[in-house]
Amino acid sequence: MTFDYIVQQLINGISIGSIYALIALGYTMVYGIIKLINFAHGDVFFVGAYTGYFTAKAGLGLILSLIIAMAVCALLGVIIERLAYRPLRNAARIVILITAIGVSFLLENLGIVTLGAQAQGFPDIVNKSTYTLWGDVTIDSIQLIVLVVTVVLMAVLQYVVHRTKIGKAMRAVSFDMEAARLMGINVDTTISATFAIGSALAGAAGVVFAIMYPSVDPLMGVIPGLKAFVAAVLGGIGIIPGALVGGLLLGVVETGVQSIPGMSLWRDGVAFAILILILIFKPTGLFGKNVREKV
Amino acid sequence: MNKRFFIGIAISLVFYGVVQALISGEILNDFYIDTLVMLGVNIILAVSLNLINGFTGQFSIGHAGFMSIGAYVSAIMTTNLGYSFPLGLLCGCLAAAVAGLIIGFPTLRLKGDYLAIATLGFGEIIRIVWLNNDYVGGAAGLNGIERVTNWSWIFFGVLVAVVVIQNIVKSTHGRAMISVRENEIAAEAMGINVTKYKVIAFVVGAFFAGMAGAFSAHYFYGIAPTSYNFMKSFEILVFVVLGGLGSTAGTIIGTILLTLLFTYLQDIPEWRMVIYSMILILTMIFRPKGLLGNVDVTKFFKKGGASKNGGTTTTP
Repeated sequence: MTFDYIVQQLINGISIGSIYALIALGYTMVYGIIKLINFAHGDVFFVGAYTGYFTAKAGLGLILSLIIAMAVCALLGVIIERLAYRPLRNAARIVILITAIGVSFLLENLGIVTLGAQAQGFPDIVNKSTYTLWGDVTIDSIQLIVLVVTVVLMAVLQYVVHRTKIGKAMRAVSFDMEAARLMGINVDTTISATFAIGSALAGAAGVVFAIMYPSVDPLMGVIPGLKAFVAAVLGGIGIIPGALVGGLLLGVVETGVQSIPGMSLWRDGVAFAILILILIFKPTGLFGKNVREKV
Repeated sequence: MNKRFFIGIAISLVFYGVVQALISGEILNDFYIDTLVMLGVNIILAVSLNLINGFTGQFSIGHAGFMSIGAYVSAIMTTNLGYSFPLGLLCGCLAAAVAGLIIGFPTLRLKGDYLAIATLGFGEIIRIVWLNNDYVGGAAGLNGIERVTNWSWIFFGVLVAVVVIQNIVKSTHGRAMISVRENEIAAEAMGINVTKYKVIAFVVGAFFAGMAGAFSAHYFYGIAPTSYNFMKSFEILVFVVLGGLGSTAGTIIGTILLTLLFTYLQDIPEWRMVIYSMILILTMIFRPKGLLGNVDVTKFFKKGGASKNGGTTTTP
């Protein structure tokens, strides 16, 4: 196992990890604001991928496909929140969690009914070319696109959360919903905005994922969704930088395990093993603060 | 063990006898027997999950993992090693119970959402272990399992599961479990060993999930890791939730309704999951405690209607 090989795996890991990070952000933002594990998030990701598939087939380029997919997913996220989660704002958390599972099932199966269960090849909208960095280390154009998309979206998100009024409102609601309401913040709008932003990120992740593994199918969101969730927990759920670090870390570890001969099939197991270890030893995640329970 | 208990047993035995006679008389064809077995397996799964989720309040979504352990271990015992079905069944149940113990201990520190995802993770890991194990056929799974499960096995399986779980719930231990659900800190302050009761719930729940797994493996000829993914766990959860968390009768009724719905929607398989998920969402929005959440159905059969056990508790 040479140094070049390790660096190569690191690059592969970071590119898949940044997709996990994009999805994980949606989980973490929603959790941060209404304490809900939005199981339907992985399916928003699949809707994004399919939107990208249709726009790409219609001849639109990468940028336009990304923007349309993000818009469609943002709208979908808002609709889901409006119809399924808002009526349950004051219900027990388990009830909302089960509803989220129901929404996830619904999207997947509506996808199967309307789009068919077979995987479709994703059209080539990017010329795949491979650049050699040095020695045996290469990076291809798709990996570069994934990285660029991730970095740009992270920067935008950072700006929105820390520099805009809606970002301030989001932070306030996640800190204390009641107090925010008393201060005149429109909590419902803020929650909708959170869903829109998180879902748009998942939509973008869906498109780049579909370009990377050139195929789409209605159940494609299940495993990346779960793994992104692991990434969010790993970084500390509810904490935005945590999702980024967790996603990258998970991508790298997973690629590392996959590259060990004979271990490739255990790749999916690793994510869950990490999840359980993190939950047992540091349930609040790498960046989480310990909140003491008061009686 | 009062009069009502024995009347209940007697009624179910009569029901058993009638169905058995109908099957022997070939009035019920294979389709009905399939449905009955499915019903039985689902009831065992739902009732056992209800002990963990509904009564002890530990939100577990890894039940399919326990089920797969029962299925695989029993199938290995009978098909690969040539032991008899009862022994395989017992080993399957015990293996699942041990898994429940192993999973129960470390995850006890977790609560609510975190526990849910940890159990989900465990369930998936169990599935991936089967997937990567050539001895049990890897992704193709084990095939050629003899069909041993019949109406009698299923009926008595369900009976044992329901009676055991119902008796646990109605005992001191059951009340302790419910107190853990209602308020863990208060329960601990009252001297209840919270850890012990969580582990008991996990172990007993897993034991019966293993039993359901063994029954289904020995009815459908083959098992594969994909049948035990987290979708399956969710499906079991839906049975429990639709009927009402913390109500055994509700769970059974919910399971029967959903299983029958599933069977009758067989001709439109694509739409059946859509309908299923719609039902789940609408139930949660309009009847979040389930159809019979915290309603003790038996009180309808008592004189005067009201019951001293009449559910007034709140769901967690």
